[in-house]
Amino acid sequence: MSAISISKESLKAIMKSKDTVVSKGPAMANTAVNKEPARLQSRSFGIKAYSFFKWLLPPLFGILMMLAVWTLISYQAPNLPGPLKTWHSAVELFSDPFYNNGPNDMGVGWNILNSLKRVGLGFSMAALIGIPVGFIIGRFDFAARMAAPVISLLKPVSPLAWLPIGLLVFKAANPAAIWVIFISAIWPMIINTAVGVSKVPQDYMNVAKVLNLSEWKIFTKILFPFALPYMMTGVRLSIGVAWLVIVAAEMLTGGVGIGFWVWDEWNNLNVEHIIIAIFIVGIVGLLLEFLLTQAAKRFSYE
Amino acid sequence: MKNVSTSEKANAAKYVQLENVDMTFSTKKGEFNALKNINLSIREGEFISIIGHSGCGKSTVLNLIAGLLQPSDGFLFCAGREIAGPGPERSVVFQNHSLLPWLSCFENIYLAVERVFGSETKAQLAARTHAALELVGLTHAADKRPNEISGGMKQRVGIARALAMEPKVLLLDEPFGALDALTRANLQDELMKIMAKSGCTAVMVTHDVDESVLLSDRIVMMTNGPSATIGEILEVNLPRPRARLELAEDKDYNHIRSEVLRFLYERHAKKAA
Repeated sequence: MSAISISKESLKAIMKSKDTVVSKGPAMANTAVNKEPARLQSRSFGIKAYSFFKWLLPPLFGILMMLAVWTLISYQAPNLPGPLKTWHSAVELFSDPFYNNGPNDMGVGWNILNSLKRVGLGFSMAALIGIPVGFIIGRFDFAARMAAPVISLLKPVSPLAWLPIGLLVFKAANPAAIWVIFISAIWPMIINTAVGVSKVPQDYMNVAKVLNLSEWKIFTKILFPFALPYMMTGVRLSIGVAWLVIVAAEMLTGGVGIGFWVWDEWNNLNVEHIIIAIFIVGIVGLLLEFLLTQAAKRFSYE
Repeated sequence: MKNVSTSEKANAAKYVQLENVDMTFSTKKGEFNALKNINLSIREGEFISIIGHSGCGKSTVLNLIAGLLQPSDGFLFCAGREIAGPGPERSVVFQNHSLLPWLSCFENIYLAVERVFGSETKAQLAARTHAALELVGLTHAADKRPNEISGGMKQRVGIARALAMEPKVLLLDEPFGALDALTRANLQDELMKIMAKSGCTAVMVTHDVDESVLLSDRIVMMTNGPSATIGEILEVNLPRPRARLELAEDKDYNHIRSEVLRFLYERHAKKAA
């Protein structure tokens, strides 16, 4: 691998020198002087290219293997479209993602955006309530012991079990779906924030006591900065859960959304679109996670 | 009028006072009596060292004076008032510096200054903070975070933070324990200069014999726990300012030093753990 890249580089270097030979007099002297650094540069570029391929190859192999297994299975099961067929279908699908032929036939873009909107609403409400609650639980032992039985009881409940309650209370599908996102996204944020706050080292709390800091200063200068990384972990877990749950919730509630779209395409027996939907859900989830990881890095004090 | 002056005199001689202090912790294995019957009077402006083997409860004594702990029995007074909790007149230099890692050195000190002198303007508070940094020679590190400076510098910021509060009593909990010998010696010299300038009362917990003799007016030697108490109090009548090098050959210095060593390693030797 490296031999190839180096020979490529030397080829490039030869081309470069040819370029300079074409120009006259002083330029030639210039190349003689620059020869050494140029060689060094090409060498370091070769090393860089090598390490880049080393970094890229394993994931590339992983994806290729997945595609190979998929192709093999699709040969065995004639109902399952292979990668190539799915790709063509995806190209066609994404050539017009935002068409609108009434509420039951909208482009895939609209479906993704609607799902994201529900997740965004449910998730932000969960953050708005869950993070402060987490702080209170982490800070005050009384609150922690008060909340412990409620959280342990409600946390393991499957998110979809909350859907009928949502439908009953809100009497509409869309708020019920948002409610399901809210209730499934709130637990990781409460728990992680509370853990972060309760883990504040006693040393820092002693400083707070000796300096006689007010509760507000303790919060802004000690608890919040310390608990922030924990909080961001909670937020990341929450967005993951929320995106996981939205597909199932929309399958049940209908309306415009990626989950409903999957169900609709199942009724149409358009298996290519179902597979495309799986990829869309995966990629969007990955992007959400990536964005929040970047945000978490920005907020970290270390 | 006469009464006031005598009581003030009494206050100066017993500026910080511990009366029959007992400290019992309740642990999972039951009650643990850490301190028993501690009686100590500290004069105003005095530098006291508390020395003893590890686990003898010397830090507990300090935390009691700081108000971070409440005694199980007995009373503690500072400037004639009972110590009910932590207060800015008794600031603490923590063993592991305990600076907040997300704040710069300036902000760490400012946090303390702001709380104590909250009525002043922001410019005045900033000036106090800068003065504290200058006192410990760290003006250049004002905007650095604690993880960007060395251990010795961190401890200096800790000292600056404690001094910036203009405490009546400075409490130092093994302040140089985690530092290398050279840095420790430098900081001890600096601390001596700073204490001479500020004239405030100081109580330092240490397990370093040389440090205690060099810095203190009196050395409080504690017996081993459980139920540790004050074994002996040694006066250090060495003239100030003290210079490390000259003292190394000094007869009195070496006499006091060997007294402390004898107490620790002959009469109250800690059994090998």
